[in-house]
Amino acid sequence: MATVKLSDVRKSFGKNEVIHGIDLDIADGEFIVIVGPSGCGKSTLLRMVAGLETVSAGEIHIDGRRVNDLEPMERDIAMVFQNYALYPHMNVYDNMAYGLRIAGKSKEEIRERVHQAAALLQIEDYLERKPRQLSGGQRQRVAMGRAIVRKPAVFLFDEPLSNLDAKLRVQMRLEIKQLQKELGVTSLYVTHDQVEAMTLADRVIIMNEGKAEQIGTPLELYANPASRFVGGFIGSPPMNFINVREGRFGDLQVRPEADSLGVRPEHMRITNEGSGLLAGKVKFLEALGAETLVHVELENGNLITVRQPGSEPAPEAGSMADISWKAQDTAQFNSQGLRVDK
Amino acid sequence: MSGMVEKRGRALWLSHAVLILGVAMICFPIWLAFVASTVSQPEIARPPMPLWPGDQLVENYRKALFAGINAPVSVMLLNSLVMAIGIAIGKIVISLLSAFAIVYFRFPFRMAFFWLIFLTLMLPVEVRIVPTYEVVAGLGLLNSYSGLIFPLIASATATFLFRQFFLTVPDELAEAARIDGASAMRFFRDILLPMSRTNIAALFVILFIYGWNQYLWPLLITTDPSMNTVVMGIKQMFPSGDDIADWPVIMATSILAMLPPVAVVIGMQKLFVRGLLESEK
Repeated sequence: MATVKLSDVRKSFGKNEVIHGIDLDIADGEFIVIVGPSGCGKSTLLRMVAGLETVSAGEIHIDGRRVNDLEPMERDIAMVFQNYALYPHMNVYDNMAYGLRIAGKSKEEIRERVHQAAALLQIEDYLERKPRQLSGGQRQRVAMGRAIVRKPAVFLFDEPLSNLDAKLRVQMRLEIKQLQKELGVTSLYVTHDQVEAMTLADRVIIMNEGKAEQIGTPLELYANPASRFVGGFIGSPPMNFINVREGRFGDLQVRPEADSLGVRPEHMRITNEGSGLLAGKVKFLEALGAETLVHVELENGNLITVRQPGSEPAPEAGSMADISWKAQDTAQFNSQGLRVDK
Repeated sequence: MSGMVEKRGRALWLSHAVLILGVAMICFPIWLAFVASTVSQPEIARPPMPLWPGDQLVENYRKALFAGINAPVSVMLLNSLVMAIGIAIGKIVISLLSAFAIVYFRFPFRMAFFWLIFLTLMLPVEVRIVPTYEVVAGLGLLNSYSGLIFPLIASATATFLFRQFFLTVPDELAEAARIDGASAMRFFRDILLPMSRTNIAALFVILFIYGWNQYLWPLLITTDPSMNTVVMGIKQMFPSGDDIADWPVIMATSILAMLPPVAVVIGMQKLFVRGLLESEK
């Protein structure tokens, strides 16, 4: 169990700085998810914590100990890789035991710890098998087992679910969450999937172009995005953005510095013609059963998504529609994309 | 397995006839050599040449193995074996290590070294034979196993092959090993080496035969008949001047010289195929 502290951590490859100073305090036992589009530096940041990449500037502390110059194994961490990185010629037992053997643990202790982890992950029946004889989900469990047997202070996950099919991903997501709560090990989890981020994290870091756009609990980020990027990244379908010059927003009290308004699809309603804040034409509908997504094209060609309960009557495709929403559900962003109304 | 392309009637017979003809062309000389190794000297000298084995098999082979002409063939076989195994193992060890260094370590002039190794592909033994002889003679390695083996050990081909294989091994494996606390050499021994098993087996077969079939180099540096290898030894058995060639013994030696490579191919094939079945990709 441990805390992790990043202070102004930076990474450069040559002259090219890819991570521009990240500060983060992770509490003991906390589950932190780093999420962002590909190329935002999230994996690099994780690999710096792991010790697989050097830290160009700033400091990383694990459990109060500065680890910048320590080898990965001395940092008391375990990592789960995207492609599992199981040793193909070793069976499951040896894969899990390898690190313990190098650490010079006794045979009895290794056996006990491997069996304990295997029981926890329900892979006891596969201990004699080679990785290639396992399914994707089973390999994923073995990779987690290899991390668990080390009893590390911190778990690092590098997109561990992205090679699984959709159904298995949902299942493993729950299992990872449960396991982490059960073991209470501080965890850092990298993903590009915002659903994983929302469901797993105690706190989420949204990264964009090497910077942390916002750090907060999943619901905080959803309800109060600090920037246009966060609003657009979190939520599916994403937040709608409307240029302030697009309509009559009289009672919304638009600030003079605001450049665009952000409104979540579920906060928008289709209203009678002439009574809304925006007017457009219904382009197409996506009826998902529980909800219906109504895509409305504004006069300037921008598409707005309205999410309404599936039980409500939906407008016809091709008909004209007005859209309205409440002032309190509006986020205002300036031309740099930063939030201005909070 | 039933063929994807069905051949019936004349096409089937024709293709078989061509294949049988091809096999016969390869096998007939070997058969002749075998027949010649089982008859007596006068029978060979008198036309027509016999086509069926005679009764001198045991006698000829015993003579070849234990008496020979310049040196007993058993000694030459042993020399060849030492040389072929020495070259095969030496080449594999050196190329594994150099490929490991080139792929997994960042050191100054890494690519320069790689290309230097690669350049030696253009310098086979025959091209550098005189200077190499000079060096080996200077080191006093004439008529020794070291002299037979060491100059032939450096191998760009094998280094290149292992490099290509190591490049296909995912980086995450090395990183996982690092997190598990494995040192570089431990990663090499515990992970990379077992994963290269099939490559090593395949290379061993090729390099053993390469070493076994060396002709020019042993001919040059072994003047003592007891250090002769069997492939060059056959040539040494040919008579000079008016001597009468003991063809049955020479043919027996040829057959004997063929057997170890055949044994290696057959023996390693099992391991090779098993390795292929067990490989990851």
